[in-house]
Amino acid sequence: MKFIQIKNCYKVYKNGVTAIADLSLEINKGEFVFVIGASGSGKSTLIKMLYREEKPTKGNVEIGGINVGKIRNRTVYKLRRKLGIVFQDFKLLPKLTVYENVAFALECIGMKSSEIRPKVLKALEHVGLKEKVRSFPNELSGGEQQRVCIARAIVNDPKLLICDEPTGNLDPKTSQEIMNVLDTINKDLGTTIIMATHDKDIVNRMKKRVIVLDSGVLYEDHEKGSFKISETI
Amino acid sequence: MKPFRIIYRSIRDSFKSVFRNFSLSMASIICTTITLILVALAIIVTVNVNHVTKTMEEELTIVVYANKDTTDEQINEIEEKINKISEVKDVEYKSKEEWRLEMKNNSDTLKVTLDYLENNPLFDSFIVTVNNVEDLAPTARLIRDIDNVESANYGEGMVEDIISVFNVIKTATIVIVIALVLVTAFLISNTIKLTIFSRRSEIEIMRLVGSSNISIKLPFVFEGFLLGLVGSLIPVIVTIYGYIIAYEKLNGSASFSIIELVEPMPFVLYTSLVLILIGSIVGMIGSARAVRKYLKI
Repeated sequence: MKFIQIKNCYKVYKNGVTAIADLSLEINKGEFVFVIGASGSGKSTLIKMLYREEKPTKGNVEIGGINVGKIRNRTVYKLRRKLGIVFQDFKLLPKLTVYENVAFALECIGMKSSEIRPKVLKALEHVGLKEKVRSFPNELSGGEQQRVCIARAIVNDPKLLICDEPTGNLDPKTSQEIMNVLDTINKDLGTTIIMATHDKDIVNRMKKRVIVLDSGVLYEDHEKGSFKISETI
Repeated sequence: MKPFRIIYRSIRDSFKSVFRNFSLSMASIICTTITLILVALAIIVTVNVNHVTKTMEEELTIVVYANKDTTDEQINEIEEKINKISEVKDVEYKSKEEWRLEMKNNSDTLKVTLDYLENNPLFDSFIVTVNNVEDLAPTARLIRDIDNVESANYGEGMVEDIISVFNVIKTATIVIVIALVLVTAFLISNTIKLTIFSRRSEIEIMRLVGSSNISIKLPFVFEGFLLGLVGSLIPVIVTIYGYIIAYEKLNGSASFSIIELVEPMPFVLYTSLVLILIGSIVGMIGSARAVRKYLKI
């Protein structure tokens, strides 16, 4: 049984746009997968279906044996607690400190304060931000903000980390730092990581599995791939 | 315990966000304050108008005169028969001797006249009060049919006019209060909705990190409650002190001698309670409705 199984999946939006067409994919536990493709290729839709922001119109999306598309709005939170999500625009709460932003994810699920503290500090250590616990997001650089977002995503020890263009707003050097953090998480914690990206350099340097989408269709799927193979699209 | 922890954190967070979103909180509070003061005014006017009309209505009675030379037995019979009418609230008997004494005491001229007469020219009488002023006319008609009754009058014509005017006033004031309460509810819940609209990204993040709907909703509901509660404080103070001062100033003055205001205690306390309830409940409902919109339930 694969960790993530997508079978004959279709997504048609209400305005008639087909974002994903007959997509089938399997991803193992502990893998690091890039999802690349041009704008409008269905990357974001695929990512959104994984954390059940969107439901597939047809077909199955299964994570750890759970059919994600069948989850009701009211119980989506149960899925989200098992996932970590990293966004391009960080989505940090501007009025909370770094520590509070990370602790927020645990407070939301009703964890004891005494359990929250060590977990938050450990997560911040992982991303190398232990000194900035009292800073507010607007006092941090873009790379640091993204690391807070990653810390928040991993603080709950998720089995799956979903990243939607996490380096989209960052310069190449900072992007590489972020990738190092993600790589360490993947290796040390064994977290499965799925990352949608536009960043050629990163994909080429990391030599991980690459899934290429084109108009919602699976175009290529390469172990240890690079961006070159997809330059044709 | 997990549920208690969630409730505790919701209350803590609601206090925090009232202060962290200070300007929006103030906007909600001021809006609540102003509308609730209007509601308080409307309630005070309505209750007092109703009080005045009621005291005036209570003074409307039927005066029944028995025939001349009616025996005591017959008088008792009349009283019994009047008492049997279901609309009658109270019957007060006043004999012709009592009338004579009262009139002699009231005026010297009358005293001389009455002393001059050998017989008492007055009639035995009953003053009848009814449960509902609208029953005055039918009751008077029934009493006139009783044997040995000379007349039964209640101020025909004028009384009907007064009653119809009072009815219009009562309905109008109640309609105004209800309309004001509805407008207040709408205004408060909309302002709080705006406060929450500005924080929809916060709700989005809560959903993404795995908050259940209830734990997203609770802090906002508490916040709405707090804003409504704080917003009702000034109207409550204005009501209590304002009314007590107005009562003391107006109730003694000559121009208000016909109008008797409602006693401040416990009236102002009830009004305050109503204001607090409107403020806090509408605040809660307003914010719950606003959050719902972003929850995708």
